[in-house]
Amino acid sequence: MAEEYQADEVDKSRERSQWRRMWRRFRRHTLGQVGGVIVLIIAIVIFMANFIAPYSFKAQHRDFANAPPTTIHFMDEDGLTWPYVYATKKEYNEYFEKVYVEDKSKKYPIKFFVKGEKYSFWGLFESRIHLFGTGTMEAPVFLFGTDKFGRDLFSRTLWGGWISLLIGPFALVTTLLIAVPIGLLSGYFGGWVDMLVQRITEVVMAFPKLPLWLALAMVIQGLPSAYRFFFIVAVFSLVDWTGLSRTLRGMVLSAREEDYTMAAKAAGAGPLRIMFRHILPNTTTYLVVISTLSIPTWIISEASLSYLGLGIKEPQTSWGLLLSQANNLETITSYPWLLIPGIFIVVMVLAFNFLGDGLRDAADPFSTVGGNQ
Amino acid sequence: MIPTLILVSIISFGIVQLIPGSYLTERQMDPTIDRETIEQQKENLGLDQPLPIRYWKWVKGVVTEGDFGYSFSNYRPVADVLFEGRIGFTIFLGIMNLIFVYLFSIPIGIYSAVNQYSVSDTILTFLAFIGLSIPNFFLALVLLFFIAGPLNAGANLGVGGLFVEQYMGAPWFNGFVPNMPKIANFFWHVWPYVLAVGTASLASVVRLMRGQMLEFMNRQFAQTAKAKGLRETVVIYKHVFRNAINPIITNFGYSFRRLVSGSLITAIVLGVPTVQRAYWTALNQQDEQVIMAGLVFFALMLLAGNLFADFLLAWNDPRIRYD
Repeated sequence: MAEEYQADEVDKSRERSQWRRMWRRFRRHTLGQVGGVIVLIIAIVIFMANFIAPYSFKAQHRDFANAPPTTIHFMDEDGLTWPYVYATKKEYNEYFEKVYVEDKSKKYPIKFFVKGEKYSFWGLFESRIHLFGTGTMEAPVFLFGTDKFGRDLFSRTLWGGWISLLIGPFALVTTLLIAVPIGLLSGYFGGWVDMLVQRITEVVMAFPKLPLWLALAMVIQGLPSAYRFFFIVAVFSLVDWTGLSRTLRGMVLSAREEDYTMAAKAAGAGPLRIMFRHILPNTTTYLVVISTLSIPTWIISEASLSYLGLGIKEPQTSWGLLLSQANNLETITSYPWLLIPGIFIVVMVLAFNFLGDGLRDAADPFSTVGGNQ
Repeated sequence: MIPTLILVSIISFGIVQLIPGSYLTERQMDPTIDRETIEQQKENLGLDQPLPIRYWKWVKGVVTEGDFGYSFSNYRPVADVLFEGRIGFTIFLGIMNLIFVYLFSIPIGIYSAVNQYSVSDTILTFLAFIGLSIPNFFLALVLLFFIAGPLNAGANLGVGGLFVEQYMGAPWFNGFVPNMPKIANFFWHVWPYVLAVGTASLASVVRLMRGQMLEFMNRQFAQTAKAKGLRETVVIYKHVFRNAINPIITNFGYSFRRLVSGSLITAIVLGVPTVQRAYWTALNQQDEQVIMAGLVFFALMLLAGNLFADFLLAWNDPRIRYD
């Protein structure tokens, strides 16, 4: 009986692995969880973009070029009512500028699950049902207004979110793929390997990132724009592996002297086995977690590159590219709604900052989460 | 540092060679220019020689004569294109930025730490998070919207660049009397730039400073100082602060890094004539030699920044020695 009981104990302690302990600590980090939930909500909305967006992100409504956000009315003569919109018509004001004026003769109620343009939901099925709309192009609903081609900014914002959402995780994986082997080799073997790797790291780190990224983005300019996303990921990881591999090298240097490494060596394990089976699992948790702290930087960098015209290109879209339409003073002052996608960048980066902070605190065994000491 | 610089120059040279097309590609497309002229130009510019020789010539020119090469697009020496009328503003704006960042971040960080979990600390922490999350260029665009609209309010102070046209050629001083309207107009253009470039750095230094102060406030030496009956301010400023400031100084190198990148995109949005903006123009014109010189110059600035941070560190903390 006594032995059985012991076996039970062992199982339980195994259950409390590093990841589980981390999760428990993360559950006490409010801000981190808020960040996680926001990221999750954004991800779900973006995943359902085709359904939520009232119009296709490519559709050009030429009659509604540069239209301001449609006003949704909640009040009529009788007080509170079901939300409705008016149709708009173009007029010229005293400065001979085009303005959209509401035609108050007829109300168009907002309908849910309304029929509109046909779309394919991730190739699974085709549908015409959109979450909301008026069901007629006489009175379209442009929540965020339109751009100069009359494309619905709300639909485009939802669609462009993909890039910002995925650039971080993708860049994270590729950066780790470069940084981990280099850091392991450099830390484990030392000597001239280490010398060489450290010199290269120093040189790459000597460049400020944005000018270097811009130059590299020029290099890949001629490559097909459909795969642009992956090229940008590659450009980011080519520059950003240095910090992570340095951190890993430091950790390997101390792990090399630990008893378990000696034991593995004495048991006849080769260097590759020691590095990947013994040292790496002991360092990954922390490494993976602190690397999530770079995600916000990548999101901002992608937006910056796209804003400058060297990132994502038409016909694809991203939040940075959407902002590049607002690159001159007249546009900003006349059509300020073109700045709306920027708010989404801020929210997304903020959420990833919160999340990363929470994960870092949870992964650090010495941290006191939430400050209750 | 010298080997690093050599590798930096090789990488800069290599990247520029990898950029598809060159200054001459455009001219080859032009039917009004015949083949011979292009061949002639190629020879004049030395573009027909093998890469290692071109690299060697470039480096030799830089090292022996301080000649950074020739801008093909502007028919002027590279140094003129990158620096003329720009380097002064770039350095001045850079210093303004560092002052802005450290003047505000350190006191805010200390205040936040001393008043941990108070309402003001929570608000400041949240604001710092938002500051960290706003891309420079978006902040610049938003500021542009406000400067052009509500804040300008009739007064024709100008938007973008550094001056309104009327002050462009005006002297800074009339004799010994400073030209106040010009200086005022200059600062009206400087503040959005400084704010857009510095906010992210400011936020990150605030977070770092707060964390550091909290860490050292709980150390035993701080408790001992308190137990001896020293005043709270003395404990915080003479004991905790001196220890907590070290990583901030190390971080100074990173601040420099942010400054170069952040001011690049902000200068483009706000149309401020800095070296970074000249680099951007050169990228668009595929002006090889200017791009190479720009990359090397930025790397040099970062290395200098790190060196400066090392000196500061040794000066602040006598325990640190470099051999």
